[in-house]
Amino acid sequence: MSENNLQNHSRRKIISRIMTLLTAACTFFAIGILLLIISYIAVRGVSSLSLQFLIDTPKPVGEGGGIGNAILGSAIMTALAALIGLPLGIGAGIYLAEFGNGWFGKITRFVADTLIGVPSIIIGIFVYTLVVLPMGRQSGLAGGIALALIMIPIVARTTEEMIRLVPNSMREGALALGAPQWRVTMNIVLPAASTGIATGAMLAIARITGETAPLLFTALNSRFYNGYLDQPMASLTVQIFNYATGPFEVEHAMAWAATLILVGLILLINITVRFLTRKKF
Amino acid sequence: MSQTGTIGDKLFRSVLLIAAASILVIVAAILYMMVQNSLPTIERFGVGFLTGREWKPAQEEFGALPFIYGTLASSIIALVLSIPISLGVAIYMVEQAPKKLARPIAFLIELLAAIPSVVYGLWGIFVLAPFIRDYLGVFLQDYFGWLPFFQGRLTGIGMLTGGIILALMITPIITSVVRDVLEAVPTTQREAALALGATEWETTRIVLGNAASGIAGAVVLGLGRAIGETMAITMVIGNSAQISISLFEPANTIASLLASNFAEATDKIYMSALIEIGLVLFLVTFVVNALAKLLILKVASGTNSAKHA
Repeated sequence: MSENNLQNHSRRKIISRIMTLLTAACTFFAIGILLLIISYIAVRGVSSLSLQFLIDTPKPVGEGGGIGNAILGSAIMTALAALIGLPLGIGAGIYLAEFGNGWFGKITRFVADTLIGVPSIIIGIFVYTLVVLPMGRQSGLAGGIALALIMIPIVARTTEEMIRLVPNSMREGALALGAPQWRVTMNIVLPAASTGIATGAMLAIARITGETAPLLFTALNSRFYNGYLDQPMASLTVQIFNYATGPFEVEHAMAWAATLILVGLILLINITVRFLTRKKF
Repeated sequence: MSQTGTIGDKLFRSVLLIAAASILVIVAAILYMMVQNSLPTIERFGVGFLTGREWKPAQEEFGALPFIYGTLASSIIALVLSIPISLGVAIYMVEQAPKKLARPIAFLIELLAAIPSVVYGLWGIFVLAPFIRDYLGVFLQDYFGWLPFFQGRLTGIGMLTGGIILALMITPIITSVVRDVLEAVPTTQREAALALGATEWETTRIVLGNAASGIAGAVVLGLGRAIGETMAITMVIGNSAQISISLFEPANTIASLLASNFAEATDKIYMSALIEIGLVLFLVTFVVNALAKLLILKVASGTNSAKHA
């Protein structure tokens, strides 16, 4: 009887050990995939990267060419998206955190979460019908608006979460001193949550910098340097897509080099944010 | 409170209310514009649009079934591959890894989610597709070639490649939600199980049981992402409007169809057909995400009440 128990006990222990090994294996598999992807980008990207590539515009196959206009286009559209999306997103986040416990807040929070999961290509189609059709052509403006719409719910939810971390005692202290609600929020709560809100905003910017689908038929693409918002505009991501699906080897090499720039930028933002939040909390 | 205070408060609150309302306005406007712009095909084809198998824009024949099939099949492959790995990673992070390792691992998994879709697509075309063509596909055909799933010509581009890429992309999303859900299970439950003599794995199984609805929510959230994923899949699935049982055959998904054809749709009825299929995608992902959110909320409220008790 006791021997049987002992056997059973060691069997259970062995199963437990095996499961630990399996979960560890899953973890290292997932991290291995990440390292595999990043190292591929680094190796293939570096070999075709040059200063000229970062400045030039796309040229016919065989004549070199670069992604200068695509970098500029991405920067312009991301900035435009931030200009529209950050105030609306942060405002919505403040509302949800400070006044959002009623039915309206609950519904808005729920819809925001659901909107975050709506495919970005749907946002692209929506902006196409809303902006491109009336204007009669694709434009950087439409691209920027599409990216802004993707940002708003993300920024709203991270802002809300950061503001909710601010202790209530700070609000109560300020209110007790006779400060009106808006003063309390603007001068006490927001400064306390500012690092968190800023990191949320940076992550949202990193996210939209990598978006391709909403730009395909809103901003389209362009072969030239172009600062006009009412004209089609190139972007890093659409350029990568075009190079990657092109038939020529030189295009593929340029796709990897452009990807190195894009992923490098996005990883840089993510790691910076990580570093900032680590120091703070 | 002073008079200026209340006026200031009202103004402040109204401005914020407008910002919050913008989220509802966006969703309502998406729905309105998409319905409005797909009316021509909704009126002309009705439900037959969803069940038709032929997609021939030139003959004005629009059957969305191949795309619905492709979307579901690729998402199911992705879930089948991703669920065990995601659960494994989340369990390892929360239950087993040394505390010092858990945070860096979580960060690395988050990075996997930060990589843009188009980059997964690029990697899929030039690394994963050749790997499947030359190794994985050959292996599957050698040993499981009698199954209808693994018959046909190996090109590296097709349903299986799409499903695997999707699996990689949804793994960090499912993992991070499962991790949150597991962390919400009170430590006392683990302590009670261990005190009764349960092994680590038996304890984990009890924790998993209590987190079941949240884990279901995480999986549904992953499904929502897989259904709507666009760029990566359009680059590796082959964009062919066919329904084939073979996983090596090219296929197409709704999102991928939109990405590759929308820009060329110049005539009104074609555009309307594409927007209608986009509307289907919008409604499906909206419902799936809402369901996921409800399942995850259930866990959160459950643990809250446990804490208060």
